[in-house]
Amino acid sequence: MSAVLEVSELRKSFGGITAVDGVSLSVDEGEIVGVIGPNGSGKSTLFDCILGQLLPSAGTVQVDGREVTGMRPCDLNRLGVSRTFQMLQVFPQLSVRENLILAGQEHRGSMLARLLGAGDAGLGPSAQNMIEFFRLQHLADEFAGELSYGQQKLLDVAMAFMSGPRLVLLDEPAGGVNLTMLATLRERLRDINREQRATFVVIEHNMDFVMSLCTRIIVLAQGRVICEGAPEAVRADPQVIEAYLGH
Amino acid sequence: MAGLLQLLVSGLATGATYALVAIGFTLLWQTSQTINFAQGEFVMVPAFIVLAAMRFLDFSLWPALALGLFCSLLLLGFLFKRLLVDPLLKHGVLPLVIATIGLSILAKEVVKNYYSGEAQRFPALISGDTIPLGGAVLSVQDLINLTVAVAAVALLQLFLARTETGRRMQATAQNRTVAAILGIDVERMILYTFLLNAALVCLAAYLITPVYLATYSIGEGLGLVAFTAAIVGGFNQVRGAIVGGFIVGIAENFTAVYVSTQYRTAVPLLLLVAIILFRPQGLLGRAEERTT
Amino acid sequence: MTGLRLWGYVAAAGVLVALIVLPQSLKPYGIALLSRWAVMAIAAVGLNLTLGYAGQISLAQAAFLGIGAYTTAILTTNGYPFWSALLLAGGLGFGVGWLLGYPALRVQHHYLAFVTLAFMTMAYLVFRNEAWLTGGVFGINRIPRPSFFGWSTAKPLTYYYVCLGALMIVLAGAWWMIRSPWGRAFVALRENPRRAMSLGVDIRSYTLLAFAFGAALGCIAGVFFAPLVEFVDPSSFTLADSLGLLLMVVVGGSGYFFGPLLGAMVAVLLPEWLRMTQGLYLICYAVLVMVLMVFCPSGIFGLFDKAVRSFNRSAPLAIGKEARR
Repeated sequence: MSAVLEVSELRKSFGGITAVDGVSLSVDEGEIVGVIGPNGSGKSTLFDCILGQLLPSAGTVQVDGREVTGMRPCDLNRLGVSRTFQMLQVFPQLSVRENLILAGQEHRGSMLARLLGAGDAGLGPSAQNMIEFFRLQHLADEFAGELSYGQQKLLDVAMAFMSGPRLVLLDEPAGGVNLTMLATLRERLRDINREQRATFVVIEHNMDFVMSLCTRIIVLAQGRVICEGAPEAVRADPQVIEAYLGH
Repeated sequence: MAGLLQLLVSGLATGATYALVAIGFTLLWQTSQTINFAQGEFVMVPAFIVLAAMRFLDFSLWPALALGLFCSLLLLGFLFKRLLVDPLLKHGVLPLVIATIGLSILAKEVVKNYYSGEAQRFPALISGDTIPLGGAVLSVQDLINLTVAVAAVALLQLFLARTETGRRMQATAQNRTVAAILGIDVERMILYTFLLNAALVCLAAYLITPVYLATYSIGEGLGLVAFTAAIVGGFNQVRGAIVGGFIVGIAENFTAVYVSTQYRTAVPLLLLVAIILFRPQGLLGRAEERTT
Repeated sequence: MTGLRLWGYVAAAGVLVALIVLPQSLKPYGIALLSRWAVMAIAAVGLNLTLGYAGQISLAQAAFLGIGAYTTAILTTNGYPFWSALLLAGGLGFGVGWLLGYPALRVQHHYLAFVTLAFMTMAYLVFRNEAWLTGGVFGINRIPRPSFFGWSTAKPLTYYYVCLGALMIVLAGAWWMIRSPWGRAFVALRENPRRAMSLGVDIRSYTLLAFAFGAALGCIAGVFFAPLVEFVDPSSFTLADSLGLLLMVVVGGSGYFFGPLLGAMVAVLLPEWLRMTQGLYLICYAVLVMVLMVFCPSGIFGLFDKAVRSFNRSAPLAIGKEARR
């Protein structure tokens, strides 16, 4: 089994503050890896560096053995790397269906074909599937901005899957989502993981969610990896408890 | 050499008055994200209020100036905020930009139609002529402008840095939410900013119009200058606006002499575009966000 | 298709029929006004693409109008055919607009407004100063109206139909583009470029394209403008004219497909309706703009939307909001 994502010695400083301080990690195909850690431990910055939203100060990122450090997010996305953001990020003035089509259209055909071809870029059926998969049928033609927070969050996650990505980085998918929807979300993520062999890296504060979803957990504190292993092992690790409760 | 000194002094004098306009412009931007496209017209309006008071109400100069100041505080400060900015703030930057464009048209047209479309002489605050100095001939008006504007800027800096109210205004400008949490009456501080802007443009009007004459269209250039100075200095810095004002004033006076008149207006603009592209936070400003 | 949407199409068809039939009974002056509307509407539709859909502010649309008009004036007065002017101006607009888009990749909002404003000023200075090319302050006159395959369009009514036809072709093209994946990407660029980027949307290309197409339409409007007034000089292409075009888009409703048409109609016809007020129409216009911004910043179409929705909460947003539902 080969590593889908390989990060080595990644470092990012803002002025005098080092947010990510030499993180190395490796994620194999089909894994669901959770990244946890107290606030300010550098989780989101790590994501931003991996995805080219920020330029890392040092270190490298490889996807499928290919060096992608500092590549533009849109190019990285076309290599099959997708993400969601911590803050809700849907397009409020597009309908749910349009949001989903948008999330897939740039993977279809050339620029010119996208102008001259069909309005839905041939993605109508797969958008419909995704809508049904995430149980958003009754909302399909509403403006995304008019959905409830939890519904928008589901849409946000659904959008990340429209391009059939190999690797998906989810930044707090469960934040602010109610319990029923949380169950749906977990179930859907597992389905996609199983059926499409998609690999996930998940940042999450909701411990129950992350422990029940992930196969392996990486703990960050002050920009460093302090612990790594199976959920049960991590839960019991004194260093982790220290990092969350200590100081 | 003498010519150079002359140019420098008049450049500084122009720059100092520009700085007044630019400071107000950046203050409005900081506290309420208002890009005031009517800032130039704001300079024109008090001048014409004074002229109208003298012509129609037979006021003498100083009472007319006082009336001009009062009216600009009321119109360009209080009413501008209450009637235009407050209702539009929640809609984002663009509608407000459009509305201030509308306001600038309104101001120009009202003056043109109800006062005059011709350039008007504006009485100097203190009459004076020229002073010879080592071969150079310095205009008294220039020296007065320079002194008054620099004094005003210095006072303003003192006010913002040293007084309780001034510091509250700065806090509001830098971070509204935190300022509100700290118990600052944010709304009141923003109102003060608008009043301060009205006072600054009014002062600028009294200094500029005796030199350049009062016309309904004088604001077109001035608004651009304020925008320019704000960008040179960095939108988030009052000090930047001051430096920006001086740089633009001096550059303008020098290009007037040394660059072909045909493309004179283009020189500062091109410099600015270069600044925007290579140092978008301005010369003194700090970067606000990363550009992708 | 909802009933409301059907009514929208009926209304659009009705307006089109009126635009074809009505001018037959108008005086030459009325025809000239309507022709002017059609030309300005083309430029406004272009700006709506850049500003309304892609969210990139531009204060330079009148510069492109000017580039198109001067290209036509220079070529046709030197005996080149109208078609060559149309092609050259369209291409020139696309190229220059593409270049003007580059600053937008680095800066946004007020800075972008300033960069485009600087470009506008430069263009005006070139029109005014390069007399060998543009005729300087005197401009270029006696611009011929084109004839197609021996069919002369010199009569005002005929030329009006040419302008109207051009507008319809432009509208059809814009409609297609807005409904294509490009239109969706433009809206994404306006609403959340960071997220769009993470979904594979190449922000750089779409920003440049939004500028290039907006500018090309500005130039094409200029191509039809020059023969309409038969005379070009720098005073028609100033910053004030750019602001005027910006107002057209916003007053009509930026981001609404038909918004610029309505905005251009208001801007062109208002002076006529308010003729009894003589010089005061600009005052009325300015007040109208401010009142509209305060009460409905999404323009006249936005106002219409609000009215419809207050009747029927579940009604979809009206005709052509994004033209994409």
